Amino acid sequence: MRQGLTWFNIGSLFLGFLFLYLPIALLIVYSFNESRLVTVWAGFSTKWYGEMLQNESLLSAGWMTLKVAFTSSCFATVLVTLAGLVMSRFGTFHGRTLFSGMIYAPLVMPDVITGLSLLLMFVAVALDRGFVTITIAHITFSMCYVAVVVQSRLVSFDRSIEEAAMDLGCPPARTFFQITLPIIAPAVVAGWLLSFTLSLDDLVIASFTSGPASTTLPMRIYSQVRLGVTPEINAVCTILVGLVATGVLAASLITRRQEMRREAEERQAAATS
Amino acid sequence: MATPPHSDPADKVALVSGDTANAGALAGLHARLMLFPPYRLTGDVLKRLGFSGRSAVIAIPYVWLLAFFLTPFLIVLKISFAETVVAIPPYTALITFAENGWIAFHATLDNYTFLFDDPLYINSYLSSLKIASIATLITLSVGYPIAYGMVRSPRRWRFALLMLVILPFWTSFLIRVYAWIGILKKEGLLNLALINLGVISEPLTILNTDTAVYIGIVYSYLPFMVLPLYANLEKMDLNLLEAAADLGCRPIKAFWVITIPLSLSGIIAGCFLVFIPAVGEFVIPDLLGGSETLMIGKTLWSEFFYNRDWPLSSAVAVLLLLVLVIPIVLFQRIQERNARAEA
Repeated sequence: MRQGLTWFNIGSLFLGFLFLYLPIALLIVYSFNESRLVTVWAGFSTKWYGEMLQNESLLSAGWMTLKVAFTSSCFATVLVTLAGLVMSRFGTFHGRTLFSGMIYAPLVMPDVITGLSLLLMFVAVALDRGFVTITIAHITFSMCYVAVVVQSRLVSFDRSIEEAAMDLGCPPARTFFQITLPIIAPAVVAGWLLSFTLSLDDLVIASFTSGPASTTLPMRIYSQVRLGVTPEINAVCTILVGLVATGVLAASLITRRQEMRREAEERQAAATS
Repeated sequence: MATPPHSDPADKVALVSGDTANAGALAGLHARLMLFPPYRLTGDVLKRLGFSGRSAVIAIPYVWLLAFFLTPFLIVLKISFAETVVAIPPYTALITFAENGWIAFHATLDNYTFLFDDPLYINSYLSSLKIASIATLITLSVGYPIAYGMVRSPRRWRFALLMLVILPFWTSFLIRVYAWIGILKKEGLLNLALINLGVISEPLTILNTDTAVYIGIVYSYLPFMVLPLYANLEKMDLNLLEAAADLGCRPIKAFWVITIPLSLSGIIAGCFLVFIPAVGEFVIPDLLGGSETLMIGKTLWSEFFYNRDWPLSSAVAVLLLLVLVIPIVLFQRIQERNARAEA
């Protein structure tokens, strides 16, 4: 097999990752810049982080965002786990096509449409816009991403363990909590983290569904960004990027470790049998 | 069920090993609640209507999606046929109940005819499609070498490389687009670097032009292209390339004759994943594009937030969805066919 890197491969990987990471790296570097000017490097300083912590409206927006992200990712994960069970275990039922369509459609739906349609519905049912409406919107749009993660795990694992439990008289609910849930747990955790991340990032849907009293961090950043680049926003973005990177890395490492352990167990089982 | 006294243990096992036995906390609770008539009655009624634990599990996510995904679209559709009025909410009702018991049905196609009369909207749709297609092609040509390089690299690197592609995928769009403002603006880092290197003497105007929008889309959607390409290329049988080389085929030719056709499904998936969301993009044209950059997501946003014309923005949304339905359905079909081919 002629596997191996040519200079062209190395070059394209290097340039590709440079392109992907340089802008974010620059943003992080300049959040530690002493000067207010983006182009002038005036020495290392953490004063913009200090200034950010003084900014009352930024902090309240950040708190709001965390609350929404936490609540919506919890709900989305529970709903998706149920939906995943329905899709992978219940065979055919009335309206299955519609169901799977509704789960996966938001993946390709433009944010502006999702946001507008949810807002118009909230207005139609006279629901006050604020924390609740943003949370409902975020649950709905992040469900599809969680579904992709959880569904793949539900489909791939060995069904015979579940069947064995049921054959031995374990009722469905208990089978789920004792057998299925522990096995799919890594995917559920990963799904939760991804949903949290998505909620943390969303600007468009939150702008549509928020009320005057509830501003999320991306909305605050957006309104500041329109006025120009400031090191303070760089500092906020650096913290957000750090949070998200930690979450995603944790999620993928959990999944990866679980997979490696399973592979090792399967090898062991194959060796002993 | 009455348990006979002094029965031997085997009988007891037999008695409790039915459907409800061994059921843990939930079933225990259920058994205790069954002693209360309201719970028992509700349970009976639900069972009579054909409800069970199974349908409850189906119903919860189903009802949620019906209520918060499908219903909103129907409302958008409804409002797109209404008229704009200065009121709260700022549109007319489709159905009104008159005092004498008559129902008045009031719908108008004005919003849609307006979309076709005013060139702004048609141009926005066309320009969105143009920008999204060109950006998709650029993303493909940038993403393919990356995915190819990943597949050719040693196996122990691949997880790390994959993580490096996925990480920006989950990092905020807004922040990634914002990062480009500092680079592309007139006194930004790109111009600074180019002037210091002596490549240019006058700063380039890139920010607030279509070029900046292309850069933004390619940058933001690159992971969407690389991931399906990588997944596809990884499965390719490299022996085919070896066979081609043994038969005297030059690597470049082998690439065009073997690798590209075999990775076609990955290419298609990646292109759709970039094209579809790019058409409705709002953040990138708003922050990086200029005032003359027309994209439909931006038009919808300004129609809604600045002009406060809800019926018209609903009509824009309905039409955007109609424009996108064709690529979405095509994409779904191709994905299903690929899934079947693999199974």
